Order: sequence, then structure tokens, then C-alpha cells
Amino acid sequence: MRKIKEFIIEKMILLCGLAAIFFVGLIFLFLLKEGLAVFKMVGPFDFLFGKSWYPISEPPKLGILPLIMGSLLVTLGAAIISIPIGVGCAVYIAEIAPGKTKEILKAGIELLAAIPSVVLGFIGMVTLVPLVKNLFHLPTGLTALSGSIMLAFMAMPTIVSIAEDALYSIPRNYKEGAFALGATHWQTIWRVLLPAASSGILAAVMLGIGRVIGETMAVMMITGNAAVLPQSILVPIRTLTATVAAEMGEAVVGSEHYFALFAIGIVLFIISFIINVTADLFLHKKQ
Amino acid sequence: MAKIVTQDLNLWYGNFQALKSVNSSFEAQRITAIIGPSGCGKSTLLRVLNRMNDLTEGVRTEGKVLVDGSDILGAEADLVSLRKKVGMVFQRPNPFPLSIYENIAFGQRIHSGGIKKEDLDALVERCLKSILLWDELKDKLNKSAMSLSLEQKQRLCIARLIAVKPDVLLMDEPCSTLDPQATARIEELMHELKRDYTIIIVTHNMQQAARISDDTGFMLLGELVEFGKTKDIFMAPKDKRTEDYITGIYG
Repeated sequence: MRKIKEFIIEKMILLCGLAAIFFVGLIFLFLLKEGLAVFKMVGPFDFLFGKSWYPISEPPKLGILPLIMGSLLVTLGAAIISIPIGVGCAVYIAEIAPGKTKEILKAGIELLAAIPSVVLGFIGMVTLVPLVKNLFHLPTGLTALSGSIMLAFMAMPTIVSIAEDALYSIPRNYKEGAFALGATHWQTIWRVLLPAASSGILAAVMLGIGRVIGETMAVMMITGNAAVLPQSILVPIRTLTATVAAEMGEAVVGSEHYFALFAIGIVLFIISFIINVTADLFLHKKQ
Repeated sequence: MAKIVTQDLNLWYGNFQALKSVNSSFEAQRITAIIGPSGCGKSTLLRVLNRMNDLTEGVRTEGKVLVDGSDILGAEADLVSLRKKVGMVFQRPNPFPLSIYENIAFGQRIHSGGIKKEDLDALVERCLKSILLWDELKDKLNKSAMSLSLEQKQRLCIARLIAVKPDVLLMDEPCSTLDPQATARIEELMHELKRDYTIIIVTHNMQQAARISDDTGFMLLGELVEFGKTKDIFMAPKDKRTEDYITGIYG
């Protein structure tokens, strides 16, 4: 009796595990089937590097280069802002902050991670967007810069908590060794601890960037949604994710537009996949 | 002349008193061994001498530690120059996860900016020669120090220390993770180094203390029970407790 019970439970757990893989596979196949159909109408090269995205003109122009550049620009901006601040914060928490401050900071970072992206977008819209507009005397504050700043807030919790873990797990005797040679605290951090934690910190950065590139709601609200090739960081742009989210509802099922949006999904999938695999490689190198 | 002197040195970890009015004097160009059972405070005593205990929370000291005549326990003591002068080799070899070359260059890089590449190369060569690893490692200087054997790592840690030109080498059970052959080679190295440095070694291993040291201190429960020439401590201990420890009645 007991054996039968064990057997049933075991198989049920196995089924749960298989279901997860099965659904991922299904989603991927569906994405491929719908997305690859667009290449019957437009060549892969024209799709990826075409400079115009006019999906409902006649005939439709389906070049996603402006969207790719928009995504990359916002992500790059967010990375430039969030990496130094995030890593600095991790160093402070792991190495410098006294007990109490450390706990408060860690709780704060977790809280930041818990803010829904639509709320961040909304706050950015009413505070940051007018600020950027006035500061740079722009016709609109809905720019790549605004998006980068808000997305930096989303990347930071990931970067801080994973980088802090990496720093925390460095053996204590590296630090003692450096101190015993007369190194100051900063010299120890800069020359020993950061290099020792470098693979973990790189993984943290990759995962933070992965979160930024997949983010949709906040960027849709504050980057202006103009599908043109960006000339600077102070103009409206549109990202891959925002395009799918904004247009999927109105695209006619089975139209070129519809397939093109799925193809954008494939591009996003590939980018995220590469980032996650890279981060994983760094994490494994650490161990 | 005494290189390091402790006067009525008391130390507490929170409420636990780890050192009880320790008076000792460590001579230059000699090897002094500190022996005693686990938890007797011998590592603590060693770690006071270059203030590594500062890294532990809740440590409080009283009394004096004089290095070359100046007190190092005061708030105004310069820790960087103290630790340059009094370096430490740890129980577990702890080379930095950098290249062999960078491990040795580390001290120069943190203490003096803008060193010429040739000078650094010469330093690395000199230090590796002094720990008798130059021939073995000269073609692998850019390899990670983590790829070395335990003994080589420990030697590298000694080389890294020698590179900052200290006067005193503190060694906290430097051979406890090594096999007997490697231990013998490290002891030989210590013998070589004795000419230029004051060496203080904490060891669990009484035979090691008897083999390599000139002076020996025996500690028990935070007290320095007996301190003198190694010969005398092992052949004719004055204190009953020392005698019992050395003859293996406890410990």
C-alpha cells in the first residue's frame, strides 16, 4: 500500500517537471511557427536591418532596425547608470556598511525590486519626463534617456543582490592576506575582492541587463514610442517589447503585421537566451 | 635587542579573556615558537602583534605592545606601516586569485605608485629566488596562483610578504595543511630566512618547535606560562604545567 502511494506521488512530481518543459517547448514552437511565416513576405536581412517600420502602410514596411536600436540604446543607457551604482552599492553593503545600515539597505533594495513596473513608469511619467524636458529644453521629455533612468532602477536590485552575494562568498582569508600586507580597506576591495568576485559580478550585470531588455510597461509609458532610428539619447524611441505590446491588439490575425510581431518575439527570445546563457557561464566559472 | 615586547597584555573577546597579562620579548634574527593546546591564546597573541585582531568584532586590549620601542596598540598607531613591518603568513595558504606575478607585485603596487616594469620584474625574481621557487615557476609567472600546490601556495604567500620588506614574519601554523615533506622544506626555508628576519611561529606541533626555534613560549588558558630558550623549555622546564604538556600528559 505504502509502495503504491510512493509510486503515485513520484510519478505526479515527474509529471509536473515534464509539464514545465513541455509548455516551454510548446510556446517556442508556436512562436517559431507564427514568426517564421513573415520571412515568406520579407527577407530576414530586410527584416532585421530595414530602416522603416510602417506595418499598416500599403505595402507594409517591416524593418525592425529602429526598434532594435531603440532597445539597445535604452538598455545601454540603463547599464551605464545602473552598473556603477549597483556594484558600488553591493560593495558598500558587503564590505563597509555596519550591521544595522546593512539590514536597512538590503530591505530597501528588496522593496525597490517589488515595485511593479507600471508604477515605475507612472512615476517616471509625472516626475522624470517633465524634468528631462525642461533640463534639456526639448519639445518632449519622452526620450530614451528617461527610459534609461527608469530602467536603471529596475536593473539595480538584481545587480545589487547578486553582486553582493558574490562579494560575500569570497573567502575571508583573502581579505586578511591583503590587510596583513598593509593594504588599506579600499586597496583590498579594489585589488583583491572585486577581481575575486568578478565572475559573479559579471553574472549580476548580465541578469540585470536581461531584465532591462525584456521590460515593457515602463518603457512604453515614457520613451515616446517613435519607431525611428535614434540619432541621440534625447529623442523619443521605441523598443522591441513596446512594439509587440502596443500593436498586437490591433494587428489582423494572419496578416504580415501579425507575423512580424511574432518574429520580433523570436528576436527578443534569442537576445534573452544569449544573455542568460552568458550569465550562467559566468556563474559556473565562479564555482 | 628585543624587536617586539609585550607588557601586561590583556585581551578580551567580548567577555571572554583570551590573554592574561602576557609579558614576552621577541628577539631579532631568531625564531621564536609559541606552543600550547588549542584555545590557549597563542594565535590571538600572534594576531595582536600586527593588529589583525582589529578585524574581529568586540575585541578589547589593555597593556602595551612595543615594536622597535613604540607602542602599536594606541589609537594613533599607523596600521599600514605596522603591517608593512610586521607581516603575517596564515594557517591556510591564501594567495590572491591573481597571477603568480601579481601576487608578489601586490605589495609594491599598493605601497608605491609608478614602479618601473624592470624593477618589478627584478623584485618578483628576487622574491621567488628567496623562497626557492624561481626555477620551478619562472615560465609560469602569468598563471593563476590558484593552480599551485598547497606547499607552493604557502611559499608564494611568504614571497608576497618578503616583497614588502618586513622586519618580522608572523607565522600562524604555516605547515598545518602540508604533508611532512613539504613541512620539512618550509622549515628549511624558515631557517634560511632567519638571517634577515625576526620570525615568530605559532605551532601545534611540539617537535616542530623543538626542531626550528631558538626561543619558545608555552601558553595555557591565556597565560604565558613559561618563556625561554627552546633547549631549556624542552630539557628542563621550570613549570610543572610546561613539563606535563611537553611530556604529553595533556594537550
